[in-house]
Amino acid sequence: MKPEPKTLFKKSLIVPIISVFLVIAFALFIDLSVNAYIQLLFIYICVNAIMGLGLNLVNGLTGQFSIGHAGFMAVGAYLSAYVSTKISFFAAPFEMFNFPIYAISGGLLAATAGLVVGLPSLRLRGDYLAIVTLGFGEIIRVVLLNVDAIGGARGFYGIPGFQDLVVSIGGTPIVVHAFFLGFVHALLWLLVTFLVIWRLVRSTHGRAFKSVREDEIAAEAMGINTTKVKVRAFVLSSFFAGVAGSIFAHFANYLNPSTFSFIKSVDAIIIVVLGGMGSLTGSLIAAVVITLLPEILRPLQEITGVDLRMVIYALLLIVLMIVRPKGIMGSKELPDLWRGDAKTT
Amino acid sequence: MQDFVQHLINGISLGSIYALIALGYTMVYGILQLINFAHADVYMVGAFAAYYVARFFGIDSSPGISTLILLLIVSMVSCSVLGLLIERFAYRPLRNSPRLNILITAIGVSFFLEYLGQIVFGPDPKVFPDVLVDANLFSWGQVQLRSFDVAIFCVVMITMLALNFLIYRTKVGKAMRAVSSNQQVAALMGVNVDRIIAVTFVIGSSLAGVGSVLVGMKYPKIDPLMGLLIGLKAFVAAVLGGIGNLMGAILGGIIMGLSEEMVVGYWASTYRDALAFGILILILIFRPAGLLGKSQIEKV
Repeated sequence: MKPEPKTLFKKSLIVPIISVFLVIAFALFIDLSVNAYIQLLFIYICVNAIMGLGLNLVNGLTGQFSIGHAGFMAVGAYLSAYVSTKISFFAAPFEMFNFPIYAISGGLLAATAGLVVGLPSLRLRGDYLAIVTLGFGEIIRVVLLNVDAIGGARGFYGIPGFQDLVVSIGGTPIVVHAFFLGFVHALLWLLVTFLVIWRLVRSTHGRAFKSVREDEIAAEAMGINTTKVKVRAFVLSSFFAGVAGSIFAHFANYLNPSTFSFIKSVDAIIIVVLGGMGSLTGSLIAAVVITLLPEILRPLQEITGVDLRMVIYALLLIVLMIVRPKGIMGSKELPDLWRGDAKTT
Repeated sequence: MQDFVQHLINGISLGSIYALIALGYTMVYGILQLINFAHADVYMVGAFAAYYVARFFGIDSSPGISTLILLLIVSMVSCSVLGLLIERFAYRPLRNSPRLNILITAIGVSFFLEYLGQIVFGPDPKVFPDVLVDANLFSWGQVQLRSFDVAIFCVVMITMLALNFLIYRTKVGKAMRAVSSNQQVAALMGVNVDRIIAVTFVIGSSLAGVGSVLVGMKYPKIDPLMGLLIGLKAFVAAVLGGIGNLMGAILGGIIMGLSEEMVVGYWASTYRDALAFGILILILIFRPAGLLGKSQIEKV
């Protein structure tokens, strides 16, 4: 076997490097071209997309049902916010590199919570996970309201978040906007979430997830430890919900237990169902739709004077299930559409 | 000792309300294997129906047995109609789809009722009409047996006896038991499955209607999200007793009510809502089939 010719980069590194550059270019473009309101919408699209992708792993790919994902998001958001007010690993000009640490710590605590919730309820067949996560989402809110160290009912103030960075190149100061720094982080996390789940689905683990969804008894007969597989999917999903919470916390700069109400969980469920259960690109599309829908409906809300958003979501959910239970994409991915032989995942 | 007896009375009266609502969950689960998330919101609508009817007839401040009976009938009828509509338009079209789809629809119906309720009824809590005079019927030291507790206990007992008669002594009840044990075979024997399922929804929902008036009587504050927590607790009660099992739902409801009262009485009231969750986790770990349920062997 001939040794590989030495190049500057390994071939496998090319795609990630290009995508990082694309992310930076896109973030710069958004930073300089649109106003703060639309910029915030882009952040929320990222947060919702990460939530949706994570939830798709449980609801779409493994065939279980979690309806309290906002609880895990809250755990991640509060922990990362708390850590960021206490510890800073990198000093002033590089403080944006702190964020991955905060996000991972938030995600890990959410994953631990996921393990505690998932282990007893996923041992059983049936819809127990749904009711346990529903309870968990409510309990987390009660706990957050009562713990004084994180603000209790007043909410959590003073999260440092991202700061503007002033770099002077050749004497001329250049301001790097806080939004740009944060948006790069958010996009990179979205990319990581997407790629991790995308690759996971196509691995042995992913096939195990899908076999549990299709037929648990058959999966067990093939030697799959179904409890372990379900818990694994659920814990990973909670991790990403925690990460989404951290991103949210660092942009909102203020957290309140009522932010993570049931409505946040419903948002995530709608994204998964609308996009198509099991379709990752479908979740991305649905995340964009669901983030923008309330903004589009805002004039309607001003005319009628009531918040019709949740009623419309609920109707959407019922009608979707009756008329088109597959959602937008079914279980197909976007590339399958122009590849003639649509291979379903 | 007197404290304990008082907690016991409160616990049984709270628990029998949980039992009524848990029966609705357990009946639907027994027949469709569906957690009917909308059940708790049907209960909420029942409370509001009673509230508006009482205001309409101007009897919201004339307590008495006749008011109680009128409001019970009103909320039972409105809950039954709502349950029937939900079954007909949301669940029946999905009879043959995967179970996950029906579950999602149930959650959708639940949201729909909750948020439509917030728009139609307004999000602020309303004061439920006075149904009965809150009189002290019997005292023993500090222990009080109040008319509310007696009324709740009587109504629940009558309802349970009627339900028992319906399920074990009538033809419809026999059909319900048949459908719950095997839908296909029941259909082959000439049972109209769709109709029996509709009847189950009507009965379960009317029990929720009874529960809503009783809760409104004891805790007279109603709002569109009132079903969420009590629904969760009633569901836990159903799982505790063994879901699909009628006696289990009653037993589970009483246990839930008693343990909640005891936690509030001897520990701290902030934990009362966390209790249901704790109990649920414990059952799922130690006895997933519930107290009275038998764990079934899965056949392929």
